[in-house]
Amino acid sequence: MPFLNDLFVNLSYWIHGFLARFLPLWAADLIMMLLTIACLIVFALITIMFINWLERKVIGRFQDRYGPNRVGPLGILQFVADAIKMFTKEDITPANADRVIFNLAPVMVVVPTFLILAVLPFGRGMVAADLNIGFLYIVAISSLTTIAILLAGWGSRNKYSLLGGMRVVAQMISYEVPMVLSALGVIMLTGSLSLVSIVEGQSRVPFILLQPLGFLIYFISAIAEVNRAPFDLPEAESEIIAGYHTEYSGMKYAMFLLAEYINAFIVAAIAATLFLGGWQGPSLPPYVWFFLKAYAIYFVLMWLRGTLPRLRIDQLMGLAWKFLVPLALVNLLVMGLVATLTQGKGLFPLVLASLVANGLIVAAVVIIYAFAMRRRRQVEVAA
Amino acid sequence: MQTVETRLRTETITLNMGPQHPSTHGVFRMIITLDGETIVDLEPVMGYLHRCQEKIGERNTYLQNIPYTDRLDYICSMSNNLAYVMAVEKLAQIEVPERAEYIRIIMVELTRIVNHAVAIGALLNDLGCFFTPMLYALEERERILDLFEMASGSRMMCNYMRFGGVRYDLPPGFMPELKSVVAALPAFIDEFERLLTDNEIMRIRCQGVGILPPDVAVGYSCTGPLLRASGVDYDIRKVDSYSIYDRFDFDVPLGTNYDVYDRYLVRIEEMRQSVRILEQAIEQIPEGEVSVKLPRVFKPPEGDVYHRIESPKGELGFYLVSDGSTNPYRYKIRSPTFINLTVLPELCKGHKVADVVAILGSIDIVLGEVDR
Repeated sequence: MPFLNDLFVNLSYWIHGFLARFLPLWAADLIMMLLTIACLIVFALITIMFINWLERKVIGRFQDRYGPNRVGPLGILQFVADAIKMFTKEDITPANADRVIFNLAPVMVVVPTFLILAVLPFGRGMVAADLNIGFLYIVAISSLTTIAILLAGWGSRNKYSLLGGMRVVAQMISYEVPMVLSALGVIMLTGSLSLVSIVEGQSRVPFILLQPLGFLIYFISAIAEVNRAPFDLPEAESEIIAGYHTEYSGMKYAMFLLAEYINAFIVAAIAATLFLGGWQGPSLPPYVWFFLKAYAIYFVLMWLRGTLPRLRIDQLMGLAWKFLVPLALVNLLVMGLVATLTQGKGLFPLVLASLVANGLIVAAVVIIYAFAMRRRRQVEVAA
Repeated sequence: MQTVETRLRTETITLNMGPQHPSTHGVFRMIITLDGETIVDLEPVMGYLHRCQEKIGERNTYLQNIPYTDRLDYICSMSNNLAYVMAVEKLAQIEVPERAEYIRIIMVELTRIVNHAVAIGALLNDLGCFFTPMLYALEERERILDLFEMASGSRMMCNYMRFGGVRYDLPPGFMPELKSVVAALPAFIDEFERLLTDNEIMRIRCQGVGILPPDVAVGYSCTGPLLRASGVDYDIRKVDSYSIYDRFDFDVPLGTNYDVYDRYLVRIEEMRQSVRILEQAIEQIPEGEVSVKLPRVFKPPEGDVYHRIESPKGELGFYLVSDGSTNPYRYKIRSPTFINLTVLPELCKGHKVADVVAILGSIDIVLGEVDR
């Protein structure tokens, strides 16, 4: 199906060619750029609506209930009702809030989210901007969200918001470290930061087979990075109401919600790109493969949300600094050795050596853990 | 090593948790002094749901008080009914037919299962589960509420017990339904445990949190699962047996580490023991009358009486003073959670904000009963 495979790419060529007939080339390029941006934003909005519906439906099923089923077939139009509700809510700014910061934060939290979409390869040739520093760009841009959320927490002049804001800063900065370290393993294998090259590097074997441990570390820290359960402390409902967005209502609140869902989707999409081979896959069109993989990972996110309780802030930080960061460093070192030693020896030795190395790391972790537990018990008995 | 003196001046912040807060289980307020995320001080503030229950009780006749007891601890109306009705029976020395005793035990033990399931569900909600355990618990509760509805006509405000028995005999079809519910309960509890007991996050959140040593628990006169999780073997069904509990064979689970996790385990085990009692009661229940005839205008003799039962949340007692008229002269409720709640500041100090809600959830309060 070559027609379906390159549907969107051909479409964009065709439109560009059509415009170039009666416009100067720069104008056609400009219009194409704007069109791409518009497409991405519309795509983001549709995705959030779909994800919102899907998540409520899936979690409903986890909990032995139907989920939304009143508006439209299977409740698929629920988001329309929700959106209307959000738009018509009163827009409240608390009397003591820092007005500028308070109103700036919801915008600042959404913008980086849309910026990240620019470098995601949705299919073969379907990338808005193939930056050669793609992954670095993602890390840099997503850090901006932290500032925006801190602004929201600070500007609200609410103690719950402040606590939530502080938690966000601590959590997101801590979990960026293992996230980047685990992704470095992939970048080491491809030798490029560009997401397009990373996907193309997985044409023979997806990197999850070479770095299962790296994938796991990336996945865990990515969940924490987007504040999803079980790491949803910044907006822990049972503790600090809604955390940093306690004081927001109406559209501003919707902005936070939008950013949150899109971020969760983006994290799933990046995981699919880095470790699952992105749009690579047999028979189906590439973009279908990409979405299948991204949604499969997103399903796991929903699954975790429907199952697990929340960690406490000290346990969360402990997990990052005492466990994930050392593990990611060891993983990086070992994977580097493996990649160097098996260089030029073909695919099979690489896969085999990687799996053996991963197994060894896991075994070492288990042994160290058991040893530490025994030591602790001995100390307790002695005390 | 040289100690570095920090010049950074820090302050504690005061946080008002409640009366409107998702995890205070109603309108309960805690004034928390925080150092960062650590609790320095905590002061519980009660009374937002005060409805003058005790004064109303003096205005009502004895019979009129029964529906008011439904609204104390609205999760377990049956056991509230029982405590009050038994107090009046003790005062007026009314004999209860045997079948009625069995029906009462069945209802009260079903209530215990409902309460513990909901308590654990609510605890997990407080720990940050996205409603899944809560909804599993509520699903099982629905089946038991169906039984209550069959017997009493109401699902939550049952108003089922009367002096000298129960209002109606069990309807036809009740016993088969009861048997099928009881038969399904062990599987439900197992499923619950599979989901939660060995959950790593659940363990690190609950173990070692909110430790209540036995002497402190006794000192604050805590009762119920809270006390038993502190390792004190004190179950009124055993130590001061009432109704026909001496005929049943059941164990009293005790905690060993005195923490939130133990309270969870004690509740799970108590549900299993309740199932045991139910199975025996179903086997033994006789035919016969379910109530005795009382005069239309009910006037107990002068005197006072205190009767206590092991309600799902602890010792629920009614103290009644009668002056021989149709209304009680004094109507005092000893509600378990109000007294259990006084130990909260003791449990919370030094823990994190997130632990406060877990500890509060593990005490298992219902504000209808705390504030009365």
